[in-house]
Amino acid sequence: MSAPRRATDPSGLERYYVVTRGRSGPGGPASSLDVATLIVSLSAPVPGMQHEHEDILRRCRDPLSVAELGAHLGLPFNILAVLLADLLEAGRVEARDPIPAHDAGRGPDLALLEEVLSGLERL
Amino acid sequence: MDLKGFDHPGRTAGDGTRSVKVMIAGGFGTGKTTMVRSVSDIRPLTTEETLTQASADVDHLIGVADKTETTVSLDFGKIGINDELVLYLFGTPGQERFWFLWNGLFKGALGAVVLVDTRRLASSFRAIEEMERQDVPFVIALNIFPDSKDHPVEEIRDALDIAPHIPVVACDARDRASSRDVLIALIRHLKEYSAGPGEPR
Repeated sequence: MSAPRRATDPSGLERYYVVTRGRSGPGGPASSLDVATLIVSLSAPVPGMQHEHEDILRRCRDPLSVAELGAHLGLPFNILAVLLADLLEAGRVEARDPIPAHDAGRGPDLALLEEVLSGLERL
Repeated sequence: MDLKGFDHPGRTAGDGTRSVKVMIAGGFGTGKTTMVRSVSDIRPLTTEETLTQASADVDHLIGVADKTETTVSLDFGKIGINDELVLYLFGTPGQERFWFLWNGLFKGALGAVVLVDTRRLASSFRAIEEMERQDVPFVIALNIFPDSKDHPVEEIRDALDIAPHIPVVACDARDRASSRDVLIALIRHLKEYSAGPGEPR
């Protein structure tokens, strides 16, 4: 007989295919997601929901960055973004982009920089 | 909506929490991960991007499925600035050739720290060029290794061809206070930049 089928999926690609149901590349509301974007749940998981969606809603009761979510769930950014797009479209999470560094061609807001500075000085 | 914890508006501490991000760049082995680790409030984590997205349209035939090494990683940490503001630190992937995957990685960053190993200045040239090309304000942090020679900062500034207004500071990336001071130098630099719009960087 031929060698047994590999039971594991070391590349993760099969798992990613299942998790995203074969979809790739987030569009719509998730296309602007950044690794530092904070995700906040707006509602509780409902029965019958895809496991990963449920997991995201549970973990994001307090704001959590896309990067942290990816690390906790073991999902790369592009796969996670597909799942977040679903939740954003359904209005189940809110995405807060990082405070932009540049506002209409100007540098970052001085008050924001002061805030960061005093926080760092307290470390 | 009837699960605990979801139906109490205003319950969450830091309900209006926002984030800012700072990039830690520099050549391979200059101490980026070390710096993220030393200054982070949390155990540093790694987030991953796979080549599948970037190559989906061009190279179906090369057997990407078998190439686990085409994953690039981004080490990151975070610092709680106050109840409503979190600073995320991202170490750029060591191999600059993968930076294209992180399209927009620098977009929205307040600025960057470029780490330089004074024993191997050339390893950070590419990172410096990239900051300039992407118009990301930055400071240079010389990560002083135990066997680093004691070079005057001005000599290094010349060797790296760094403009006079860009701060060059020495640090020990393993040390929390030292790494924090580098971030403070960056934020002060950003303040100056912010206060004087139109000035060339």
